[in-house]
Amino acid sequence: MSETIPRRLVTPTPAETSGALKGSLYRLSRRRSTTAFLFALPLLSVVGGLIVYPALYAIYLSLLNRTQTKFIGFGNYAFLFTRDTFWAVVEQSCIFALTAVILKALVGIVTAHLVNNLPAKGQRKWRGMLLIPWVIPLSLSTLGWFWLLDPTYSAFNWLFAQIAGPRIPWLSEPNWARFCTILVNVWYGAPFFLIMYLAALKSVPEQLYEAAAIDGASAWQKFLHITLPMMRNVIAITVLFSLIVTFANYDIVRVLTSGGPRNTTHIFATWAFQLGIASGDIPLGASVSLFMFPILGVSAIFILRGVRRRGREV
Amino acid sequence: MAQVTLNKVVKKFDQTEAVRGIDLDIADQEFVVLVGPSGCGKSTTLRMIAGLEETTAGEIMIGGQIVNDLPPKDRDIAMVFQNYALYPHMTVFENMSFGLRLKKFPKAEIKQRVERAARILDITELLERRPRQLSGGQRQRVAMGRAIVRNPKVFLFDEPLSNLDAKLRVQMRTEIKKVHQQVRTTTVYVTHDQVEAMTLADRVVVMNGGRIEQIGTPHELYHAPKTRFVAGFIGSPTMNFIPCRLVEVTGALGVQLAEGLTLPVPSERDPAYRPYAGRALVLGIRPEHITETRAYAAGAEFAMSVDVVEPMGMETIVYFMVDGTEVCARVTPEAALAPGKRMRFLADMRHMHLIDPQSERVIDVPGATRVHGTARVPAA
Repeated sequence: MSETIPRRLVTPTPAETSGALKGSLYRLSRRRSTTAFLFALPLLSVVGGLIVYPALYAIYLSLLNRTQTKFIGFGNYAFLFTRDTFWAVVEQSCIFALTAVILKALVGIVTAHLVNNLPAKGQRKWRGMLLIPWVIPLSLSTLGWFWLLDPTYSAFNWLFAQIAGPRIPWLSEPNWARFCTILVNVWYGAPFFLIMYLAALKSVPEQLYEAAAIDGASAWQKFLHITLPMMRNVIAITVLFSLIVTFANYDIVRVLTSGGPRNTTHIFATWAFQLGIASGDIPLGASVSLFMFPILGVSAIFILRGVRRRGREV
Repeated sequence: MAQVTLNKVVKKFDQTEAVRGIDLDIADQEFVVLVGPSGCGKSTTLRMIAGLEETTAGEIMIGGQIVNDLPPKDRDIAMVFQNYALYPHMTVFENMSFGLRLKKFPKAEIKQRVERAARILDITELLERRPRQLSGGQRQRVAMGRAIVRNPKVFLFDEPLSNLDAKLRVQMRTEIKKVHQQVRTTTVYVTHDQVEAMTLADRVVVMNGGRIEQIGTPHELYHAPKTRFVAGFIGSPTMNFIPCRLVEVTGALGVQLAEGLTLPVPSERDPAYRPYAGRALVLGIRPEHITETRAYAAGAEFAMSVDVVEPMGMETIVYFMVDGTEVCARVTPEAALAPGKRMRFLADMRHMHLIDPQSERVIDVPGATRVHGTARVPAA
């Protein structure tokens, strides 16, 4: 490659012109790929230091015993498979991530349509307001939700009491607690879908809808046959992205329920923290956290393959 | 199959009036072209017929039925858009059959109709492709195919050729004409290209500033424009407009263009022009009616010094100045003289027009279209 690229890309430095440094190092420094590599180096070192190294270190840790004194192979994994709590966490993680992502996508697509149909004047205001949940630091807003749902002081229960409604054990009954973690996640994550879908909606050419109107399509048929197919890639990518983020969520469960009641709301990240940091079995915590990797990896492969295929089609 | 009628149709966008009261009768099977400069309201008119824009006032009828309040899907029309508006995620077959599938036609009939349209347009081998894999001309064919399969009452074309290169445009123009001759559906076609309008239309509607300037066959518009706008819009190079005075010289009328340059008015036009004698008017005459002097042709001869010469191959365009106005003449290449030389010209005054500068209207001369040949009769 570098042979075909014009050799003179930068003005010669004094060192070059003086001919002081004519070795292979000098030639290397003049190659375009070398320059590109140097520019990418800061990012590469961040990725290496904060992602690759911890990941490899986690794999290493997961192969040790509790006191990190002995190599026990896959012992930690074998142990996890025998624990009911582990399977409960797997189940809860999947339920949490799938339900939350599907609901976020639905809420996002509906609100995106509503906002898109608002008159252009007020649209920016609404868009800004609807983005608020997404820009507040998650642990702080979850704390707010915690107070709304608090067993003793719950604002919702107070409201229900006004209309003689029931008292709901928001965070102390397993299913309600699961519902609440998903609710807060949807509240927090839907604006991301909203903004992505709104952008995608605006990029669908108006004439396609006009052509469809003339072809006899109703509003629903336009959505089904024009909007959805035109947005397939955006939907696939946002769902994948959100699936990763939601699967790896920590803040909401940690602040809202700490995994309780009786570990029923634990997901991978919070349970890994519980085992590794709170209970002091770092190798076991590392093994739990590593389970997220294959699950997300497989779904990423499937979704991105679909995106690539459609990318060729359209 | 249906006629289309527009009755005092008005369209306002907020404060601006895009269409200011249009009356138009389009006969069944007729090919009508709306033509005019950009912003003249022609596309808006078409979109109102399609139902993509609401009318502010007036009524639109398709096949005798008032369609003002009908959505596009219930008007039984098909439209071809400037940028084709093909569904990018569907194959050509799916694109063409979309309307039929929505209407729940039986599969066999859909297939048969699409294949018939594909044969007419010569795109049978493209049916499994996607729009992205097609060239501009092929996409245009598919867009027309989508219109044909529906077998609608009216075809609407919104500048369908403006995205094509010049060569393809000429080819597709012929193609559209051929399709209309086969399918014979009432067609409304919008373009800003007067050549397209002249070549395709049974009747041309020239629009300007939201109003209709003139409706007529291409022949009528060319030979008997009613306003200065139409006279200038139709024809290329455009008609010469030379300020003049209508004078009487020993009983006969003449057009005085400058001191010492007066061209005689043909005697058959005398009665029509007589009331304007002595007034300042504008002479309109097309470049092809100012030529080099020819032994076999009669007309008014005069001499002018040549300003600019543009050889075009089969003819040469010569410009000269008359009292500060640039005038264009079309001469045979051998006759053209070099710039600065004095050259003798011949003006065929049987094709002259006189324009009243106050009203911008061409002074009406009865029978002016029948100067040469007969007017084309609209098919219907």
